[in-house]
Amino acid sequence: MSEALAIAAPTARKREPGRLWIVPPAALLALLFFYPLALIIRQAFLDDSGVANVAEIIRVLHSRFFVNALINTVTISVTATAGCLIVGLVLALILAFVPFPGSGFIARLIDTFIALPTFLVTLAFTFLYGSAGMLNSGLMEAFSLPLPPVDFLYSTWGVVLAEVTVYTPFILRPLLAAFSLVDRGQIEAASVLGARPFRIVRQIILPAAIPALIAGGSLCLLLTVNEFGIVLFIGAKGVITLPLLIYGKAIQESAYQVACIIAVVNIALSLGLFGLYRFAAGRLGV
Amino acid sequence: MSAVAFTGPSVMDIDAAKIRGAGSNVHFDKVSVAYGAHVVLHPLTLDIAPGEILAMIGPSGSGKTTALRAVAGFVRPASGRIRIGATDVTDLPPYERGLGMVVQNYALFPHMRVEDNVAFGLRAQGANKALISERVKDALATVGMATFARRYPRELSGGQQQRVAIARALAVRPRVLLLDEPLSALDAQIRRNMVEEIARLHRSLPGLTILYVTHDQTEALTLADKIAIMRDGRVCSHGPTTELYRRPPNRFTAEFLGRANLLPVTVAEAAGPKGFATARHGDAVLTGAGRDEKAGDKSLLCIRPQHLSLTADSEHTNRIVGTLSEVHWQGELTHLVLDVDGTPVRVSATKLPVALPEPGAKVPLFFAPADTSLLPEDASV
Repeated sequence: MSEALAIAAPTARKREPGRLWIVPPAALLALLFFYPLALIIRQAFLDDSGVANVAEIIRVLHSRFFVNALINTVTISVTATAGCLIVGLVLALILAFVPFPGSGFIARLIDTFIALPTFLVTLAFTFLYGSAGMLNSGLMEAFSLPLPPVDFLYSTWGVVLAEVTVYTPFILRPLLAAFSLVDRGQIEAASVLGARPFRIVRQIILPAAIPALIAGGSLCLLLTVNEFGIVLFIGAKGVITLPLLIYGKAIQESAYQVACIIAVVNIALSLGLFGLYRFAAGRLGV
Repeated sequence: MSAVAFTGPSVMDIDAAKIRGAGSNVHFDKVSVAYGAHVVLHPLTLDIAPGEILAMIGPSGSGKTTALRAVAGFVRPASGRIRIGATDVTDLPPYERGLGMVVQNYALFPHMRVEDNVAFGLRAQGANKALISERVKDALATVGMATFARRYPRELSGGQQQRVAIARALAVRPRVLLLDEPLSALDAQIRRNMVEEIARLHRSLPGLTILYVTHDQTEALTLADKIAIMRDGRVCSHGPTTELYRRPPNRFTAEFLGRANLLPVTVAEAAGPKGFATARHGDAVLTGAGRDEKAGDKSLLCIRPQHLSLTADSEHTNRIVGTLSEVHWQGELTHLVLDVDGTPVRVSATKLPVALPEPGAKVPLFFAPADTSLLPEDASV
């Protein structure tokens, strides 16, 4: 006993890791993140002359342009996330469970989308599906049509399609990781027991992929809520989302209080989604 | 009751006959499997009778698991046909073959309770709720897991999980049960118990045809009615378990199925009407169970270590002398290693003389002609 105490004593006197190491990252965060955030929140309550103006907040929140932007943001992000989940799931199932040569190459190719700027996909879409794009030119020539027949790109659907294309890899990556951990023995056992492929996907593979679906889906939702480049680049008439509205109010109209009020709502929406994700992830042990 | 699209008798239909006596035979008709140019299973022709346990044993890469996976439908034969009962299943997907399978790592569905795991196959085949409930209870009771129905697999030990996996396979009343190294993940003590339990299970379900793949000769010897020994993608011997053990047809079988002493001999006199031949090993004239050897043939005399005795009696009429080199006491058994004219000979003895000879001493060994078998010297397969 006394020996153990003698050994333990120097350990107790040992210097604890430097507590001051918290200062640099905290200061950096405060400077680059919290202070600008606080400025935005402060600006939301003050008019251009620096006087508190709560009435403006109520006016903006009840305005038609804000409500439309909010509806557009939620509609586009939820639809795009659902699209990403469906496309990502189907692609991941094929890549993980249907053996074909080159599946690894295809998976890596899809991965490279993450590295590309989002507006590049939109630019590519313009060449493909735009009024003078390949699809419309081909159809007009083939059927002697006077006007471009395909006209979805400059609408909500164009934005959704571009976002699905850009953000599907964010679903695909965690799904492929989850699928690689699924015991092939379980799939084979289910198959021998009489389960057809659809039942195996539904009852064996998907339960194992739920954490990955939630993680990827939440990330997609967050990214699509805050997507700016794609919406701006497509420039669809009447498709104004919260980030685009903030840009318009701040840069084009110099209405800083209005921009900050909308920005605060945008931040609250993002943090709310993030909180929901953490809650779901915690419940599922992700 | 069943909505299973199945060209043969459906698993649900088999319910009517109940499991007793309902097993089907499995027939491999020149079945070969190749991955590109690499042949992993050479044309295999083999029959497993209804209600029979056939153990396929062999070293890693010998093709035994490939043969099982071909029956299950996970490997497509490059040539040949597989029939289960009267049904040619070669082109059927696994879910239409009416089988049960248990694999090494149990492969239980981790998000389902034990009862849902066992019910899975029945639900997949469209059985009604009453039947599912009855079958799940029966299957769990059969493997002694009835009280664990509400548990999740993670709440069970390895042995319990394997029992659930067996119950899950039995619940669908399979025509054939495929066991792919089912006990390999268990520790030695539990493995011994599980071997006994599977033997007991088969006694209670005598109609169940079982294809049992293992690399463990003890499991094969304990459970199987017949054994097929695989090597390099080929069956190198196949026959009733006791026959294969007592009269191995070749050196590989003799050495793979239990321990064997293989004493080089020259046949002096071919086997007579009683099946015994005379052979010489040095100065010793030995009598052993022969086949079709001729006088003058070089041969190997196979003697199992437990059949060698340090004391003579009326049955142990053969006598050889060796130099004792090692003694290993292992509680129930004592293993002796002797050098007989350059050939190492092992003896497993339960009883030893009070005065055990010292290493280096010359020790006479005795064995009965009926406990021996002559093997061709040149046939390694």
